Amino acid sequence: MSALREIEFRDALREAMSEEMRRDKRVFLLGEEVAEYNGAYKVSRGMLEEFGPRRIIDTPISESGFAGLAIGAAMMGLKPVVEFMSWSFSLVAADPILNNAPKMLYMSGGQFGCPVVFRGNDGAGGQLGSTHSWCVEGLFSNVPGVKIAIPSNPYDAKGLLKSSIRGDDPVFFLESERMLGNKGHVPEEEYVIPFGQAKILREGTDCTLASWGRPVHFCMEAAEELQKQGISCEVIDLRTVRPLDIGTVVRSVKKTSNCVVVDQSWSFGSPGSELASQVHRHCFDDLDNYVHRVHTADVPTPYATNLEQEYLPNARKIVEAVRSATYNL
Amino acid sequence: MTSLSNPTSGAAAGDPAKQVHAKVYGDVDHLQAPPVSVNVAPERMLQWLHDMLLIREFEIRCMQAYQEKKIGGFCHVYIGQEAVAVGCIQAVEHRDPVVTAYRDHGHALARGMDPKYCMAEMFGRIGGCAKGKGGSMHMFDRDNNLYGGHGIVGAQTPLGAGLAFGCKYIDEVIEGKKNSRVALCFLGDGALNQGAFHEALNLAGLFDIPVIYVVENNGYSMGTAIARGTTMAHSLITKAAGYGIDGYVVDGMDVSEVYAQMKRIADKCRATSRPAFVDMRTYRYKGHSMSDPRKYRTKEEEEVFETGDPIGTLERQLRAAGILDDDKLKSMQKAIRDQVREAVAWSDASPVPSMDELFTDVYVEKWGPYTGSTQPEMNGGGANQATTSTINVKEELL
Repeated sequence: MSALREIEFRDALREAMSEEMRRDKRVFLLGEEVAEYNGAYKVSRGMLEEFGPRRIIDTPISESGFAGLAIGAAMMGLKPVVEFMSWSFSLVAADPILNNAPKMLYMSGGQFGCPVVFRGNDGAGGQLGSTHSWCVEGLFSNVPGVKIAIPSNPYDAKGLLKSSIRGDDPVFFLESERMLGNKGHVPEEEYVIPFGQAKILREGTDCTLASWGRPVHFCMEAAEELQKQGISCEVIDLRTVRPLDIGTVVRSVKKTSNCVVVDQSWSFGSPGSELASQVHRHCFDDLDNYVHRVHTADVPTPYATNLEQEYLPNARKIVEAVRSATYNL
Repeated sequence: MTSLSNPTSGAAAGDPAKQVHAKVYGDVDHLQAPPVSVNVAPERMLQWLHDMLLIREFEIRCMQAYQEKKIGGFCHVYIGQEAVAVGCIQAVEHRDPVVTAYRDHGHALARGMDPKYCMAEMFGRIGGCAKGKGGSMHMFDRDNNLYGGHGIVGAQTPLGAGLAFGCKYIDEVIEGKKNSRVALCFLGDGALNQGAFHEALNLAGLFDIPVIYVVENNGYSMGTAIARGTTMAHSLITKAAGYGIDGYVVDGMDVSEVYAQMKRIADKCRATSRPAFVDMRTYRYKGHSMSDPRKYRTKEEEEVFETGDPIGTLERQLRAAGILDDDKLKSMQKAIRDQVREAVAWSDASPVPSMDELFTDVYVEKWGPYTGSTQPEMNGGGANQATTSTINVKEELL
């Protein structure tokens, strides 16, 4: 048997889109620099060559316009994939992505859906400053009618993007610029990953660490460190926040009796606060301590390296939270 | 060279009615699209009259129902603008998608929606076109290719580009034949100041998208006279020219003119796959919405426009051509009155949506409402028409 195939996160995303475009002519990609530039982050490298300019479409810097255009096309039964160079730029397209896509099916009484996938970089990059570092899940997970995926590794990214494209509902697909070069195992064989199914990355007995996207890696680092200190952590990657697989977390917490939620959006009204609230509700009699949460600091994103690193969730803060939650162990 | 100021002197001097028109839109006689003549069968012109009378009667009943509190929320009636929806929609084909803003009852009826579905929607009943979940501003009709009723000013303009883009993509990329559909996107003059409109026009011009933007220029965005909110108000087509899009000024108070001009514009759009922009001069006789006392304009101005009532104008044309007489008109009016009365009675009798409807149509797929339990309840979706594919993600590995 040959060695496991490892590819970069960006290649996994491209494989997902290319495979779905070969499979279904209704699928096309549009966004800034996706075609001739080969993608601002090289996610769509080579796709123009394979699929041509009718299906890999460069747009001007006009998020509200092309997001709305994609929604109109989706109402006609097409399946657009819209690349936002950064989800931070999606804020100028708030009306189409929040007012049109998630509500069309409901306000048309079931007549028109919006099978469109919006994808791009989310979260702080490297010293991009306040305006380019949005974690939009904090805002957008509040809205019913969309599905939201936040994968942490190439395997999940590919499988979740394929099911996003095949689905009939609008999807916000949140990637991270900091992880696009991360390598991971992605099999040659085709697979898809359904939404709403968390994955247990590491089993443990003392504390449950629940997270999604990039901070999952910080959780794994923290779990390793805590193991040395004699605390056994169970790490759960939620993979999607709408729907949110609360059941897997609840089953874990019933076993560990402690829980730390790690979410890189701001803490006030976030997916992390929702998950913590649900764990309190379902594990009221099982918890030894309240659910601790690690978020980014409640300030705009700073530029200076030392401040930015302290602003984000990191392994040190997670270790501290777990130690606090499990102080009686 | 076009003057930046509103040239109200010029041709309007001396004619009081013209002066009022010039005050509302600017003096635009010199911009008016050149006349075109098309042959129209008498039956077709009678159909226009019927549709316009139907919209007028329907809207009068709407206002009544609103006063009786059968209709809630916002309600914007189309009285005065009937020639625009009827003339434009008659000038395109049924397979051409149509999308509009929140003043949408007229477009729904002109597109062929049964008045009872439109009325029941406003009554918040299950018989409504969107099962009572959309309301006055959100009329959708899949069978008649009406892609909504959109409530946010200008929101429908990128969608209109997307609908036409979709037609072209389906025909040319998927089916490998020349596209022959165009999209009609209606907007009010107030939408011209929204960013979405300018982005949509840029994209339509850039990508050769066959969409026709019809600006229903009634002179006011809510209570703000157009020249108080919009630059180059006397020459809106200048804005389209900036995006390389042909613009036309059309008298929207004369359905024959609307039809003739729109036929020509739609034919050209279909043949060339280039977008078009139409400054359709019209006038709403009632307020912006039901709560508007119209303090921002004069009674004299309203009277001038009332003498140019599009229904009266068509009636005169039809009588002069010997197509219409008193008997014919009376029986048409009676049939319409009966039909709208029945629509009201039908809507009154239609049940309110069941509580299940609160949680259906949130997702096409079988995700139900978020309850905070383990998984979303699997009671949503399934029954709607929006499914585009059968998703099969039961197992991770295929």
